Amino acid sequence: MTKGLWELVLQGVWTTVQLLVLSALLATAVSFVVGVARTHRLWIVRFLAGFYTEVFRGTSALVMIFWVFFVLPPAFGWQLVPMWAGTLALGLTYGAYGSEIVRGALNAVDPAQREGGIALSFTPWQRMRLILLPQAVPEMIPSFCNLLIELLKGTALVSVMGMGDLAFSGNLVRLALQESAEIYTYVLLIYFVIAFALTRLMRGLEKRLKRGVGKDPLHEAGARELKRAETTGVGAAGGGVA
Amino acid sequence: MKWDWGAVRDFMPHFWDGLLVTLQALALGSLISFALGLVWALLMRTPSRWVRWPVGAVTEFVRDTPLLVQLFFLFYVLPEWGLTFSALTTGVFAIGLHYSTYTMQVYRAGIEAVPAGQWEAATALNLPRRRTWTAVILPQAIRRVVPALGNYVISMLKDTPLLMAITVLEMLGQARLFSQQHFQFTEPLTVIGVAFILVSYLASLLLRALERRLVR
Repeated sequence: MTKGLWELVLQGVWTTVQLLVLSALLATAVSFVVGVARTHRLWIVRFLAGFYTEVFRGTSALVMIFWVFFVLPPAFGWQLVPMWAGTLALGLTYGAYGSEIVRGALNAVDPAQREGGIALSFTPWQRMRLILLPQAVPEMIPSFCNLLIELLKGTALVSVMGMGDLAFSGNLVRLALQESAEIYTYVLLIYFVIAFALTRLMRGLEKRLKRGVGKDPLHEAGARELKRAETTGVGAAGGGVA
Repeated sequence: MKWDWGAVRDFMPHFWDGLLVTLQALALGSLISFALGLVWALLMRTPSRWVRWPVGAVTEFVRDTPLLVQLFFLFYVLPEWGLTFSALTTGVFAIGLHYSTYTMQVYRAGIEAVPAGQWEAATALNLPRRRTWTAVILPQAIRRVVPALGNYVISMLKDTPLLMAITVLEMLGQARLFSQQHFQFTEPLTVIGVAFILVSYLASLLLRALERRLVR
């Protein structure tokens, strides 16, 4: 492989990382908004949030990307820059999976905590912000870590639409060299390294957050391993999270 | 936005062809992932570290890299090594391999959930190792993991459109072909989007029924 081709691959890595960060931010926002809405006391809010989750979890991420690229522009008359179209499709799809994680973790908080908040006459918003979320968020991290890896794998899908991410630059190099084993091995290795770095990062975050609510991460290691095995399924339809 | 029912009608024959290919890929991919996943899970329980370590590393690698790139790898590299398969065969194998690294964890959890007393009873009855696995442990473990495996079938369904990237004409491939021939993108893409929601919803209903029968 020549130097020029490596530069192409590096540009692909940069696009993949940008797309990953942007869509992870959107997905986090969506999952918290929708996840919290699913525990709302009004049935219509719960219903709409549940409908959103079912629709976006029910359809395939790649179909969603096609839809955002091809159906949105003629239907609404605006065309998105590929980066934003990819972010939108990935963020909305993975946000739907994330909302299940948020809902599961909120429901797993001891009911006495909520009742305590009511007894102290906290407003619903204060209850959510000061009591429920600080306890629920650390529990979400392992599942969110798995989802983040799934999102990283999902970013490769945009290469089908001709966006110059890592998978796409891999294809270009294959066409240039007429040889595929080497470049695809490199591409797979780069994805693996990114995934590995993300896993480490999330572990560190989890430790910090757990310390914040007075839980010793060391004693929970066993429980976390069990939970990880159950929740790696991003498409888990039953939605049995946490 | 104009919705053209004529385009939907023209697309339907292609849609059924695509659905058939999607379901084929799903069924075969599930079978491969269930079988391979069990093999990985059993290999991870062998006493030798020289087996466990490589199997663990390889499955972790496959699990953390995109299925799309794995598809490209198999589709373009295997012919270079002198192995030629049809696109659908390659795709089915890639999906099966990718998801076997997930089902392996499901099996592992299932095997670990079998109470220790069952192992001890098998030892007390002097059952050979093979009989312990086939007659005592696996029947109980697999019964427990059916719902979790079913969830992966549904995720696999949602990953079958990726086969389009290696020229398989499944649902999305058919929709794209039709769109490019007729310059109508809205109808075919929306039809298959809805079809995915319907099929995965039906599958989850089926799964819940199965769960009620098996897990009591």
